[in-house]
Amino acid sequence: MSVKFSFTINGKSVEGDVEDRTLLVQYIRENLGLTGTHVGCDTTQCGCCTVHIDGTPMKSCTMLAVQADGCEVTTIEGLATDGELHPMQAAFRENHALQCGFCTPGMVMSAIGIVDRHKGQKLDEKTVRRELEGNICRCTGYHNIVKAVLAASEVMNK
Amino acid sequence: MYEFTYSKASSLDDATSQFGTAEEGKYMSGGMTLLPTLKQRLARPSNVIDLAEVPDMAGIEVSGGIVSIKAMTRHAAVAASADVQRAIPALAKLAGGIGDPMVRNRGTIGGSIANNDPAADYPGSVVGLGATIHTNKREIAGDDFFLDLFETALEEDEIITKVTYPVPDRAGYMKFPNPASRYCIVGVMVSQKGSEIRVGVTGAGACAFRVPEMESALASSFTPEAVADIKIPDGDLNGDIHASSEYRAHLVTIMAKRAVAEAIA
Repeated sequence: MSVKFSFTINGKSVEGDVEDRTLLVQYIRENLGLTGTHVGCDTTQCGCCTVHIDGTPMKSCTMLAVQADGCEVTTIEGLATDGELHPMQAAFRENHALQCGFCTPGMVMSAIGIVDRHKGQKLDEKTVRRELEGNICRCTGYHNIVKAVLAASEVMNK
Repeated sequence: MYEFTYSKASSLDDATSQFGTAEEGKYMSGGMTLLPTLKQRLARPSNVIDLAEVPDMAGIEVSGGIVSIKAMTRHAAVAASADVQRAIPALAKLAGGIGDPMVRNRGTIGGSIANNDPAADYPGSVVGLGATIHTNKREIAGDDFFLDLFETALEEDEIITKVTYPVPDRAGYMKFPNPASRYCIVGVMVSQKGSEIRVGVTGAGACAFRVPEMESALASSFTPEAVADIKIPDGDLNGDIHASSEYRAHLVTIMAKRAVAEAIA
Protein backbone atom coordinates (compact mmCIF):
# COMPACT_ATOMS: atom_id res chain seq x y z
CA MET A 1 0.00 0.00 0.00
CA SER A 2 1.10 3.53 -0.53
CA VAL A 3 -0.08 6.76 0.96
CA LYS A 4 -0.11 10.34 -0.32
CA PHE A 5 0.57 13.44 1.69
CA SER A 6 1.89 16.95 1.36
CA PHE A 7 3.75 19.22 3.71
CA THR A 8 6.11 22.15 3.73
CA ILE A 9 9.75 21.53 4.54
CA ASN A 10 12.12 24.43 5.08
CA GLY A 11 9.62 26.64 3.26
CA LYS A 12 9.20 24.41 0.18
CA SER A 13 6.11 22.31 -0.49
CA VAL A 14 6.56 18.63 -1.14
CA GLU A 15 4.10 15.99 -2.19
CA GLY A 16 4.88 12.49 -1.07
CA ASP A 17 3.63 9.13 -2.21
CA VAL A 18 5.35 6.44 -0.19
CA GLU A 19 4.74 3.15 1.56
CA ASP A 20 2.48 3.66 4.58
CA ARG A 21 5.17 2.52 7.00
CA THR A 22 7.80 5.03 5.82
CA LEU A 23 9.21 6.98 8.73
CA LEU A 24 9.48 10.74 8.51
CA VAL A 25 13.25 10.61 9.00
CA GLN A 26 13.60 8.07 6.18
CA TYR A 27 11.55 10.26 3.87
CA ILE A 28 13.55 13.38 4.76
CA ARG A 29 16.89 11.66 4.23
CA GLU A 30 16.25 9.24 1.41
CA ASN A 31 13.52 10.87 -0.65
CA LEU A 32 14.34 14.52 -0.09
CA GLY A 33 18.10 14.06 0.26
CA LEU A 34 18.24 16.24 3.37
CA THR A 35 20.83 14.24 5.25
CA GLY A 36 21.47 16.75 8.05
CA THR A 37 18.82 14.96 10.12
CA HIS A 38 20.54 11.90 11.51
CA VAL A 39 19.44 8.48 12.69
CA GLY A 40 21.31 7.54 15.84
CA CYS A 41 19.53 5.01 18.03
CA ASP A 42 16.33 4.58 16.01
CA THR A 43 14.56 3.95 19.35
CA THR A 44 13.33 7.45 20.33
CA GLN A 45 16.12 8.00 22.85
CA CYS A 46 19.12 9.77 21.31
CA GLY A 47 17.45 12.78 19.68
CA CYS A 48 19.71 12.93 16.58
CA CYS A 49 16.61 12.89 14.37
CA THR A 50 14.93 15.89 16.01
CA VAL A 51 13.12 18.20 13.61
CA HIS A 52 10.49 20.89 14.16
CA ILE A 53 6.89 20.11 13.32
CA ASP A 54 4.93 23.38 13.24
CA GLY A 55 7.71 24.90 15.32
CA THR A 56 7.82 22.16 17.97
CA PRO A 57 10.76 19.74 18.31
CA MET A 58 9.82 16.12 17.71
CA LYS A 59 11.70 12.92 16.95
CA SER A 60 11.35 12.15 13.26
CA CYS A 61 12.35 8.50 13.74
CA THR A 62 9.15 8.03 15.72
CA MET A 63 6.73 9.57 13.27
CA LEU A 64 5.41 8.25 10.02
CA ALA A 65 6.04 10.53 7.04
CA VAL A 66 2.27 10.73 6.51
CA GLN A 67 1.80 12.08 10.03
CA ALA A 68 3.48 15.29 8.89
CA ASP A 69 0.67 15.78 6.36
CA GLY A 70 -0.33 19.44 6.30
CA CYS A 71 2.44 20.45 8.70
CA GLU A 72 5.40 22.78 8.43
CA VAL A 73 8.58 20.81 8.93
CA THR A 74 11.92 22.47 9.64
CA THR A 75 15.22 20.58 9.56
CA ILE A 76 18.73 21.74 10.37
CA GLU A 77 19.11 22.75 6.70
CA GLY A 78 16.26 25.23 7.09
CA LEU A 79 17.67 27.25 9.97
CA ALA A 80 20.20 29.54 8.29
CA THR A 81 18.82 32.53 6.41
CA ASP A 82 20.64 34.05 3.43
CA GLY A 83 23.83 32.26 4.35
CA GLU A 84 23.76 33.52 7.92
CA LEU A 85 23.75 30.90 10.66
CA HIS A 86 20.85 30.75 13.10
CA PRO A 87 22.00 32.16 16.49
CA MET A 88 21.94 28.64 17.94
CA GLN A 89 24.18 27.33 15.14
CA ALA A 90 26.49 30.31 15.56
CA ALA A 91 26.71 29.69 19.31
CA PHE A 92 27.55 26.02 18.75
CA ARG A 93 30.42 27.08 16.47
CA GLU A 94 31.57 29.85 18.77
CA ASN A 95 31.62 27.60 21.85
CA HIS A 96 33.05 24.55 20.12
CA ALA A 97 29.91 22.68 21.12
CA LEU A 98 30.65 19.68 18.94
CA GLN A 99 33.23 16.99 18.69
CA CYS A 100 32.35 14.34 16.12
CA GLY A 101 29.24 16.31 15.14
CA PHE A 102 26.85 13.41 14.80
CA CYS A 103 24.41 14.54 17.50
CA THR A 104 24.78 18.23 16.59
CA PRO A 105 21.79 18.73 14.25
CA GLY A 106 19.45 17.16 16.81
CA MET A 107 21.05 19.10 19.65
CA VAL A 108 20.58 22.38 17.78
CA MET A 109 16.94 21.61 16.95
CA SER A 110 16.07 20.68 20.55
CA ALA A 111 18.08 23.55 21.99
CA ILE A 112 16.00 26.02 19.98
CA GLY A 113 12.95 24.35 21.55
CA ILE A 114 14.38 24.99 25.02
CA VAL A 115 14.87 28.69 24.34
CA ASP A 116 11.38 28.91 22.80
CA ARG A 117 9.77 27.27 25.83
CA HIS A 118 11.40 29.79 28.15
CA LYS A 119 10.94 32.84 25.95
CA GLY A 120 11.97 36.03 27.66
CA GLN A 121 13.35 34.22 30.71
CA LYS A 122 16.96 33.89 31.67
CA LEU A 123 17.94 30.27 31.20
CA ASP A 124 20.12 28.55 33.77
CA GLU A 125 22.46 25.63 33.38
CA LYS A 126 20.26 23.24 35.34
CA THR A 127 17.26 23.87 33.09
CA VAL A 128 19.33 23.41 29.95
CA ARG A 129 20.85 20.16 31.20
CA ARG A 130 17.47 18.81 32.23
CA GLU A 131 15.76 19.75 29.00
CA LEU A 132 18.53 18.28 26.86
CA GLU A 133 17.72 14.89 28.34
CA GLY A 134 16.24 13.72 25.05
CA ASN A 135 19.56 14.16 23.24
CA ILE A 136 22.61 12.01 23.69
CA CYS A 137 26.16 13.07 22.78
CA ARG A 138 28.36 9.99 22.76
CA CYS A 139 31.49 12.12 22.72
CA THR A 140 30.07 13.31 26.08
CA GLY A 141 30.70 16.88 25.02
CA TYR A 142 27.81 18.25 27.04
CA HIS A 143 29.75 20.98 28.79
CA ASN A 144 30.24 23.16 25.73
CA ILE A 145 26.80 22.29 24.36
CA VAL A 146 25.23 23.72 27.52
CA LYS A 147 27.45 26.81 27.23
CA ALA A 148 26.34 27.29 23.63
CA VAL A 149 22.64 27.00 24.48
CA LEU A 150 23.02 29.57 27.27
CA ALA A 151 24.92 31.91 24.94
CA ALA A 152 22.36 31.52 22.15
CA SER A 153 19.47 32.16 24.52
CA GLU A 154 20.92 35.59 25.29
CA VAL A 155 21.02 36.43 21.57
CA MET A 156 17.64 34.90 20.75
CA ASN A 157 15.91 36.72 23.62
CA LYS A 158 17.24 40.12 22.56
CA MET B 1 8.22 -2.60 10.58
CA TYR B 2 5.90 -5.04 8.95
CA GLU B 3 3.61 -3.61 6.31
CA PHE B 4 0.33 -2.05 7.34
CA THR B 5 -2.31 0.20 5.89
CA TYR B 6 -2.48 3.68 7.37
CA SER B 7 -5.67 5.69 7.51
CA LYS B 8 -6.98 8.75 9.27
CA ALA B 9 -10.22 8.70 11.20
CA SER B 10 -12.43 11.77 10.79
CA SER B 11 -14.57 11.05 13.87
CA LEU B 12 -14.89 8.51 16.67
CA ASP B 13 -17.63 6.69 14.73
CA ASP B 14 -15.45 6.63 11.65
CA ALA B 15 -12.59 5.23 13.75
CA THR B 16 -14.66 2.39 15.20
CA SER B 17 -16.16 1.56 11.82
CA GLN B 18 -12.69 1.40 10.25
CA PHE B 19 -11.60 -0.75 13.17
CA GLY B 20 -14.58 -3.06 12.56
CA THR B 21 -13.64 -3.75 8.96
CA ALA B 22 -9.89 -4.14 9.61
CA GLU B 23 -8.43 -7.59 9.92
CA GLU B 24 -6.37 -6.42 12.90
CA GLY B 25 -6.84 -2.75 13.64
CA LYS B 26 -4.76 -0.58 15.92
CA TYR B 27 -5.56 2.97 16.92
CA MET B 28 -2.74 5.50 16.96
CA SER B 29 -2.69 8.61 19.14
CA GLY B 30 0.76 10.20 19.61
CA GLY B 31 2.47 6.99 18.51
CA MET B 32 5.26 7.33 21.08
CA THR B 33 4.88 3.71 22.14
CA LEU B 34 3.08 2.24 19.15
CA LEU B 35 5.72 3.20 16.59
CA PRO B 36 8.68 1.84 18.59
CA THR B 37 6.66 -1.36 19.11
CA LEU B 38 6.04 -1.65 15.38
CA LYS B 39 9.68 -0.90 14.59
CA GLN B 40 10.74 -3.79 16.79
CA ARG B 41 8.15 -6.00 15.09
CA LEU B 42 6.51 -6.73 18.42
CA ALA B 43 3.10 -6.05 16.89
CA ARG B 44 1.70 -6.68 13.45
CA PRO B 45 -1.52 -4.75 12.87
CA SER B 46 -3.03 -4.87 9.39
CA ASN B 47 -4.35 -1.34 9.81
CA VAL B 48 -3.12 1.65 11.77
CA ILE B 49 -5.98 4.09 12.34
CA ASP B 50 -4.71 7.57 13.20
CA LEU B 51 -6.94 9.50 15.61
CA ALA B 52 -5.01 12.79 15.13
CA GLU B 53 -7.74 14.43 13.06
CA VAL B 54 -10.72 13.41 15.18
CA PRO B 55 -12.08 16.79 16.31
CA ASP B 56 -12.32 17.94 19.92
CA MET B 57 -9.98 15.35 21.41
CA ALA B 58 -7.49 17.68 23.13
CA GLY B 59 -7.83 20.26 25.88
CA ILE B 60 -7.80 20.76 29.63
CA GLU B 61 -10.59 22.06 31.82
CA VAL B 62 -10.62 22.62 35.57
CA SER B 63 -13.96 23.32 37.21
CA GLY B 64 -16.05 22.16 40.14
CA GLY B 65 -13.14 20.35 41.77
CA ILE B 66 -12.48 18.23 38.68
CA VAL B 67 -9.50 18.34 36.32
CA SER B 68 -10.68 17.06 32.97
CA ILE B 69 -8.07 16.21 30.35
CA LYS B 70 -9.15 15.15 26.89
CA ALA B 71 -7.49 12.00 25.62
CA MET B 72 -5.23 13.45 22.95
CA THR B 73 -3.78 16.20 25.12
CA ARG B 74 0.00 16.05 24.88
CA HIS B 75 2.11 15.51 27.98
CA ALA B 76 3.80 18.88 27.37
CA ALA B 77 0.42 20.64 27.49
CA VAL B 78 -0.50 19.01 30.81
CA ALA B 79 2.92 19.86 32.27
CA ALA B 80 2.69 23.49 31.16
CA SER B 81 -0.95 24.04 32.10
CA ALA B 82 -1.25 26.72 34.79
CA ASP B 83 -4.66 25.26 35.70
CA VAL B 84 -3.24 21.78 36.32
CA GLN B 85 -0.24 23.25 38.16
CA ARG B 86 -2.66 25.05 40.49
CA ALA B 87 -5.19 22.25 40.97
CA ILE B 88 -2.95 19.15 41.09
CA PRO B 89 0.73 20.17 40.97
CA ALA B 90 1.77 16.53 41.35
CA LEU B 91 -0.01 15.69 38.10
CA ALA B 92 1.70 18.52 36.20
CA LYS B 93 5.00 17.30 37.61
CA LEU B 94 4.26 13.73 36.52
CA ALA B 95 3.48 14.84 32.96
CA GLY B 96 6.66 16.96 32.87
CA GLY B 97 8.78 13.96 33.80
CA ILE B 98 7.63 11.58 31.08
CA GLY B 99 10.33 10.64 28.56
CA ASP B 100 11.97 13.82 27.28
CA PRO B 101 10.75 17.12 25.80
CA MET B 102 10.32 15.72 22.28
CA VAL B 103 8.38 12.69 23.53
CA ARG B 104 6.21 14.99 25.64
CA ASN B 105 5.52 17.08 22.55
CA ARG B 106 3.81 14.12 20.86
CA GLY B 107 2.75 11.57 23.47
CA THR B 108 -0.81 11.77 24.79
CA ILE B 109 -2.51 10.92 28.08
CA GLY B 110 -5.14 8.70 26.43
CA GLY B 111 -2.52 6.79 24.47
CA SER B 112 -0.43 6.20 27.56
CA ILE B 113 -3.35 4.95 29.63
CA ALA B 114 -4.84 2.78 26.88
CA ASN B 115 -1.47 1.18 26.22
CA ASN B 116 -0.91 0.44 29.93
CA ASP B 117 2.84 -0.06 29.80
CA PRO B 118 3.84 -1.31 33.25
CA ALA B 119 6.54 1.40 33.42
CA ALA B 120 4.39 4.32 32.23
CA ASP B 121 3.75 7.28 34.56
CA TYR B 122 0.08 8.10 33.95
CA PRO B 123 -1.37 4.80 35.25
CA GLY B 124 0.11 5.68 38.65
CA SER B 125 -1.89 8.92 38.63
CA VAL B 126 -5.10 7.16 37.61
CA VAL B 127 -5.09 4.85 40.67
CA GLY B 128 -3.23 7.29 42.94
CA LEU B 129 -5.70 10.13 42.36
CA GLY B 130 -8.83 8.06 41.76
CA ALA B 131 -9.42 9.20 38.19
CA THR B 132 -12.28 8.15 35.94
CA ILE B 133 -11.63 7.03 32.37
CA HIS B 134 -14.25 8.20 29.88
CA THR B 135 -14.59 6.37 26.59
CA ASN B 136 -16.80 6.56 23.52
CA LYS B 137 -19.04 4.00 25.26
CA ARG B 138 -18.95 4.50 29.04
CA GLU B 139 -17.11 5.62 32.15
CA ILE B 140 -14.68 3.30 33.91
CA ALA B 141 -13.44 3.84 37.47
CA GLY B 142 -9.65 4.15 37.59
CA ASP B 143 -9.45 1.33 40.13
CA ASP B 144 -11.13 -1.06 37.67
CA PHE B 145 -9.23 0.01 34.57
CA PHE B 146 -5.81 -1.67 34.64
CA LEU B 147 -6.07 -5.45 34.58
CA ASP B 148 -2.64 -6.83 33.80
CA LEU B 149 0.48 -6.27 31.69
CA PHE B 150 -0.69 -4.09 28.73
CA GLU B 151 -4.23 -5.23 29.51
CA THR B 152 -7.06 -2.82 30.38
CA ALA B 153 -10.83 -2.89 30.80
CA LEU B 154 -11.16 -1.35 27.32
CA GLU B 155 -13.00 -3.39 24.73
CA GLU B 156 -11.08 -4.00 21.51
CA ASP B 157 -12.52 -1.07 19.58
CA GLU B 158 -13.15 1.24 22.52
CA ILE B 159 -11.50 4.68 22.54
CA ILE B 160 -10.64 6.82 25.57
CA THR B 161 -12.06 10.32 25.13
CA LYS B 162 -11.01 11.95 28.39
CA VAL B 163 -9.70 11.39 31.89
CA THR B 164 -11.18 13.20 34.87
CA TYR B 165 -9.31 13.67 38.15
CA PRO B 166 -10.97 14.81 41.38
CA VAL B 167 -8.82 17.59 42.84
CA PRO B 168 -7.23 16.21 46.03
CA ASP B 169 -6.49 18.22 49.18
CA ARG B 170 -2.87 17.31 48.65
CA ALA B 171 -0.84 14.94 46.53
CA GLY B 172 2.76 14.09 45.72
CA TYR B 173 4.43 12.11 42.95
CA MET B 174 7.90 10.65 43.04
CA LYS B 175 9.56 8.36 40.57
CA PHE B 176 12.82 6.57 40.23
CA PRO B 177 13.40 6.79 36.50
CA ASN B 178 15.43 4.53 34.31
CA PRO B 179 18.28 6.93 33.52
CA ALA B 180 18.22 6.22 29.78
CA SER B 181 14.55 5.94 28.89
CA ARG B 182 13.04 7.91 31.82
CA TYR B 183 10.42 5.19 32.17
CA CYS B 184 9.51 4.47 35.79
CA ILE B 185 11.46 1.79 37.55
CA VAL B 186 9.07 2.72 40.34
CA GLY B 187 6.68 5.67 40.55
CA VAL B 188 4.35 6.45 43.44
CA MET B 189 1.44 8.91 43.54
CA VAL B 190 0.10 9.61 47.01
CA SER B 191 -3.03 11.68 47.60
CA GLN B 192 -5.47 12.73 50.25
CA LYS B 193 -8.99 14.00 49.65
CA GLY B 194 -10.91 14.32 52.87
CA SER B 195 -10.76 10.92 54.53
CA GLU B 196 -9.80 9.15 51.30
CA ILE B 197 -6.12 8.29 51.02
CA ARG B 198 -4.59 6.74 47.93
CA VAL B 199 -1.17 5.27 47.25
CA GLY B 200 -0.85 4.38 43.56
CA VAL B 201 2.24 2.52 42.39
CA THR B 202 3.44 2.20 38.81
CA GLY B 203 6.55 0.59 37.33
CA ALA B 204 6.81 -2.07 40.01
CA GLY B 205 4.17 -4.61 39.01
CA ALA B 206 2.40 -5.92 35.92
CA CYS B 207 0.19 -2.83 36.07
CA ALA B 208 -0.52 0.05 38.45
CA PHE B 209 -1.85 -0.92 41.87
CA ARG B 210 -2.76 0.55 45.27
CA VAL B 211 -1.11 -0.26 48.58
CA PRO B 212 -3.92 -0.55 51.17
CA GLU B 213 -1.51 -1.05 54.07
CA MET B 214 0.21 2.26 53.37
CA GLU B 215 -3.16 3.97 52.85
CA SER B 216 -4.43 2.94 56.29
CA ALA B 217 -1.14 3.95 57.92
CA LEU B 218 -1.40 7.37 56.24
CA ALA B 219 -5.01 7.69 57.38
CA SER B 220 -3.83 7.72 61.00
CA SER B 221 -0.77 9.85 60.31
CA PHE B 222 -0.11 11.54 56.96
CA THR B 223 3.66 11.64 57.38
CA PRO B 224 6.63 10.01 55.60
CA GLU B 225 7.41 8.09 58.80
CA ALA B 226 4.02 6.35 58.64
CA VAL B 227 5.04 4.41 55.52
CA ALA B 228 8.77 4.15 56.23
CA ASP B 229 8.58 0.63 57.64
CA ILE B 230 5.95 -0.79 55.31
CA LYS B 231 7.51 -3.19 52.82
CA ILE B 232 5.42 -4.65 50.06
CA PRO B 233 6.01 -8.30 49.10
CA ASP B 234 8.30 -8.63 46.08
CA GLY B 235 6.93 -11.97 44.87
CA ASP B 236 4.78 -10.60 42.04
CA LEU B 237 6.87 -7.56 41.17
CA ASN B 238 8.80 -7.03 37.94
CA GLY B 239 12.46 -7.94 37.84
CA ASP B 240 14.74 -7.15 34.88
CA ILE B 241 18.27 -6.00 34.05
CA HIS B 242 17.46 -2.56 35.42
CA ALA B 243 16.15 -3.59 38.85
CA SER B 244 15.34 -6.85 40.62
CA SER B 245 11.92 -7.38 42.17
CA GLU B 246 13.46 -7.05 45.64
CA TYR B 247 14.95 -3.69 44.68
CA ARG B 248 11.63 -2.53 43.24
CA ALA B 249 9.84 -3.49 46.46
CA HIS B 250 12.43 -1.44 48.38
CA LEU B 251 11.96 1.52 46.04
CA VAL B 252 8.17 1.49 46.53
CA THR B 253 8.69 2.32 50.21
CA ILE B 254 11.30 4.99 49.46
CA MET B 255 9.26 6.65 46.71
CA ALA B 256 6.09 6.53 48.86
CA LYS B 257 7.95 8.25 51.70
CA ARG B 258 9.23 10.98 49.39
CA ALA B 259 5.82 11.40 47.73
CA VAL B 260 4.19 11.97 51.14
CA ALA B 261 6.94 14.44 52.03
CA GLU B 262 6.25 16.30 48.81
CA ALA B 263 2.49 16.26 49.42
CA ILE B 264 2.82 17.89 52.85
CA ALA B 265 5.61 20.29 51.87
